[in-house]
Amino acid sequence: MSKDFNTFNNVVRLPHKYAAGATFTKFYNGLKKGIIYGSSCSSCEKVFIPARSFCPGCLTNLDEVVEIAQEGEVISWAFSDKEFFGMPGKPPVIIALIKLDGTDCNFLHLLGGMETKDLDAVKSVVKTGIRVKAVWNDEKNGHMLDIKYFKPVS
Amino acid sequence: MGRPVAIIGSGQSNHGKRFDVTYPELVKEAVDAVFENTGISPEDIDGVVFGTMPSMMEGVALTHLYFADVLRAEGKPILKTETCGSTGISLAITGYYWVASGMADLVLVVGSEKMNEGDPQATMTTVLEPFYQRSFIAGAPGVFSMQSQAWSARFGIPEEKIRDAATRLSIDHHNDAFDNPHAHIKKRLTEDEVNNARIITYPVRLWDVCPASDGACAVLFASEEMAKKLGINAAWVKGIGYSGEEYWFGDSDKVEWQCAIDAAKQAYDMAGIKNPRKELDVAEVYNPFTFQELLYYECFGFCDFGEACDLTLKGVFSREGELPCDPSGGVLCTNPIGATGLNRVAEAALQVTGQADSRQIPGAKQALAHAMGGVVQFNGVMILGSEQ
Repeated sequence: MSKDFNTFNNVVRLPHKYAAGATFTKFYNGLKKGIIYGSSCSSCEKVFIPARSFCPGCLTNLDEVVEIAQEGEVISWAFSDKEFFGMPGKPPVIIALIKLDGTDCNFLHLLGGMETKDLDAVKSVVKTGIRVKAVWNDEKNGHMLDIKYFKPVS
Repeated sequence: MGRPVAIIGSGQSNHGKRFDVTYPELVKEAVDAVFENTGISPEDIDGVVFGTMPSMMEGVALTHLYFADVLRAEGKPILKTETCGSTGISLAITGYYWVASGMADLVLVVGSEKMNEGDPQATMTTVLEPFYQRSFIAGAPGVFSMQSQAWSARFGIPEEKIRDAATRLSIDHHNDAFDNPHAHIKKRLTEDEVNNARIITYPVRLWDVCPASDGACAVLFASEEMAKKLGINAAWVKGIGYSGEEYWFGDSDKVEWQCAIDAAKQAYDMAGIKNPRKELDVAEVYNPFTFQELLYYECFGFCDFGEACDLTLKGVFSREGELPCDPSGGVLCTNPIGATGLNRVAEAALQVTGQADSRQIPGAKQALAHAMGGVVQFNGVMILGSEQ
């Protein structure tokens, strides 16, 4: 049907410069140094990651950042062999929710450092509940992907 | 509690890849259909509610301005409501509020999407801020796959059993779509085809995922006085519920999923429903992924947590089962996102008024319509009944 009618091509390209604010600035400057910062809410007794300027539960301002452990547990994961726009690298990609030690929420990042080409090989290593730790890129630019991925620890 | 509100008619466009029409022409199909189906004149409308997914989907910002003519909004107030995937149910709830408040007697509610003109998966990434989540949630299936994996781990449901139940839903819904003249994907599938389809994002395979559809839906909401004056066979809004949670995906539990549980509970309490599996006759559950439909059965109290797969395999939620779910084929077969939730409402209204033709559940008197939105952040539910 589409061949019977004309289409009209147009590209919208809009560059943005997003303000990171004081807390995300601290967080990303931490990543440049290989440190993961979170925020602790003393009224809710919870530790959040990434660092937040306010507690999502009670909205108290959280001015101080705290250093977060770089190891934790896989809560969930998904293996994608299909390329999507904006994917962090070429597929296959494994995204995961990771509960870093001492935190009270799940951190969204990548799993890697193992055979990722074949799903069966991935399934033999990656399971809910396995322990993982951060592996960093040598060059750090103050970006979430300064952490290359989280790698299973035996 | 506001005034009683009725749904007095609906219109759906044909759904699919609609390169034969411009976007306003597509919206006009649904709007024309609702006026034709009800015999009501557009002049009698007090106001219009409209919504879609983000403007990046359409490549035109603020489309309610672009569509003002075909929405018959000239000389009328127009509201835009937008909550991502749950837009359609939010539109219905907005229309409900407007009439229930006493500020309007007849409101036209329209949702639409043209997904095939742009890049829907790229659009989804723009729903996320650029600091953190946008780097990891490329395309929609990743978050739903993680939700399913966490559900499976929490309740110790074997992978094979989930696969079997998801396959059953996929085969049934793609069959059901043949009975829905507006459905996009209609296909007779075998177990092998579904089980061995290519992986989109493990564990989700091709036939576990909704298509990208172009389409529009229009629904008319009326006050009791107006519905009775017009003498139309109406569906009555018995309950509504809508609940959201924190923005960051990792901050809340997506398995024992509070916003889904709460949205259903609010709607059940308002409708006086104590046992949804017994008291509902049909449900139009928002099911863009087979795996998520299973989880919704549990969050909505159709069964206990961990039970959905077994009951699905026993046929409890199939067309002839105790609580038929998505006899229209659901979102799995047709997903013009901004219209999708409103399609659920339109289908539920057709069911309780006995107008669902070959997909009619015999004697349906009470129906649930639902949609989910945000990055698995919002859920909305509407209960419709055949009696006021």
